[in-house]
Amino acid sequence: MKSEYNYGFLDEGSKREIRRSVLKAVAIPGYQVPFGSRELPIGRGWGTGGIQLTLSLIGPEDVLKVIDQGSDESVNAVNIKKFVALCTDVPTTIHTAEATIVQTRHRVPEVPMKNNQILVLQVPTPEPLRVIEPKEEVTKKMHAEKDYAGIWLQLYECLIRYGKVTIGAEYPCMVEGRYVMNPSPIPKFDNPKLNDAECLYLFGAGREKKIYAIPPHTQVIPLAFEDVPFEREDFSGRKCRLCGSEDTYLDEIFDAETGERYYQCSDTAYCKEVRARHESNH
Amino acid sequence: MGYVAVSGGQEAIEASIRLLDHCRAGGGQELELSAVQQKLGLLIDRVMGEAGLYAPDYAALVLKQCEGCVEEAVFLLRAYRSTLPRNYYTQTADTDDMRIIRRISAAFKDIQGGQILGATYDYTHRLIHFDLKNEDPMELLRRVREELECQEPQPPKACPRVSDTLKKEGLIDTYEPDDSEPFDVTEQMLEFPAPRSARLQTLARADTGFLGGLAYSVLRGFGAIHPTVGELRTGYVELLVDYPFGEGESIWIGEILITEVECFSEADGEKEMKLADGYGVVFGRNENKAIAMSVVDRELDLPGDFPARDEEFVLMHGDSLEMNGFISHLKLPHYVTFQSKLDAVRKTRKKPQASGEAEHGADEESQGGCNEE
Repeated sequence: MKSEYNYGFLDEGSKREIRRSVLKAVAIPGYQVPFGSRELPIGRGWGTGGIQLTLSLIGPEDVLKVIDQGSDESVNAVNIKKFVALCTDVPTTIHTAEATIVQTRHRVPEVPMKNNQILVLQVPTPEPLRVIEPKEEVTKKMHAEKDYAGIWLQLYECLIRYGKVTIGAEYPCMVEGRYVMNPSPIPKFDNPKLNDAECLYLFGAGREKKIYAIPPHTQVIPLAFEDVPFEREDFSGRKCRLCGSEDTYLDEIFDAETGERYYQCSDTAYCKEVRARHESNH
Repeated sequence: MGYVAVSGGQEAIEASIRLLDHCRAGGGQELELSAVQQKLGLLIDRVMGEAGLYAPDYAALVLKQCEGCVEEAVFLLRAYRSTLPRNYYTQTADTDDMRIIRRISAAFKDIQGGQILGATYDYTHRLIHFDLKNEDPMELLRRVREELECQEPQPPKACPRVSDTLKKEGLIDTYEPDDSEPFDVTEQMLEFPAPRSARLQTLARADTGFLGGLAYSVLRGFGAIHPTVGELRTGYVELLVDYPFGEGESIWIGEILITEVECFSEADGEKEMKLADGYGVVFGRNENKAIAMSVVDRELDLPGDFPARDEEFVLMHGDSLEMNGFISHLKLPHYVTFQSKLDAVRKTRKKPQASGEAEHGADEESQGGCNEE
């Protein structure tokens, strides 16, 4: 920790302001709370919303885990950990169960999180209605009036054209029957983990200056028609080549030389834990 | 193999940062900070303006740190700015009292107080001066100082605004001074429709190139055509803050160099035509940006579908830090989201009647197709 920076980089006033926005977000699940996003030494669009949440919440008692696309060792995850270490003295871990705060980009860890843990998600585009309406002034009114016809129509148009809902990650969800929310670009595979969870989910969008939350035991339902149920990414018949898991989100990997294709857990820490368990059993 | 790229991130980052020192080392030449600050002044002005931090020393330092990259320099200053507590707001600076070093009007030949051409590249021929390769810097300094010593000092003349005359005539609308607390874009998220104070702050910090392109689109026909620069003035304004322990007393905290522009364009009145006034102000001598700002400020008041008339479009897409941050994030791995997209695309290619074993077979087939590519 470098003493020339305040604990958590931001000044105390800014951190308090962010925590107040978090409290409001928790009180209105799925509602996007605007906040005065501060500039950080890390690029806007590189997780600055998540980092501001983490910095405003973190204290000496915390244990931090940072993942990017499921991996603890990805360049951006490493970079964020390095920055947090510069302005705090909290230990970091790769084990989800050990962390009090997990900051993530584009994944929810495979190990279910508990009620003493917070998952901080980095969000590039907080507005789920942005795909159908570019103007903030308009989408704000649509949320206020619960006018979600456009997003339903988009799902319907997908079905007509392709016979499938073709949204990949960032699949819109209805929170407590009130607000349609963008769960950040997590794959559809992770969406069910948001519903009725034990832990608190916080979403931070630095560039777009929004914070929103899913408190524990909140109903989060992916938008789908009664006769066309929500479908996750399909990994049937595939398993991780390292740990053998068949129930995890898999990265597809090409071997450039042989042209061979194989699969590997996207959650690298989980994959390691499974392998360690296999080894101790033998 | 794809996976290697994401593991071992720590060492790769450290090596990459060391490599930056190689880029910065050059051939071992000295890069004096005072020279960057005083001899590359227009670059310093641009960086300070887009960062929203008037700090010439730090602007020079960050330019040295990032090989002269404007957006990196803006980024460094802004991030530093986040660590500073906001102790005071200055009193409103009255630019009528500006110590002017340049003042022109494209609307009137004779203006009260006179036109002062000042330093401008406008009338230079853009020919490379090859003799600068071997210039003696001390000789240059001696020459300019000598020239200065021959000049007779003259008392500064009062320079009332050009627009004041037109306002008196009723050609430009006059408004009551608005002394409400300004919206602070550095501490609040913009909301639309944005208050005018938020609009002007956002435009003043906007990327120079972005604002230039927008103003150009207005001139070319995507907007009201060809406004006139009523007045462009560059000079020093004094900044004062309230003295906390004395009612009505102020503390002088320094002066800043700014460029201010008012541009005039035609406007519809109720029965007859009138003129409208667009306003631009920037740090330093970045005057094309100030003009562009005044053009866009005026354009934003007009109804219609042109890009420069769309407040949310204009105010949300011009911030150097935000645009460059989001563009550069495209270089980050997107393996998970791309996998999800791939899954969605592949599913649309499956034959609808296929199910169970047959479906699996169809999927394998489409994968085979991918492999061949």
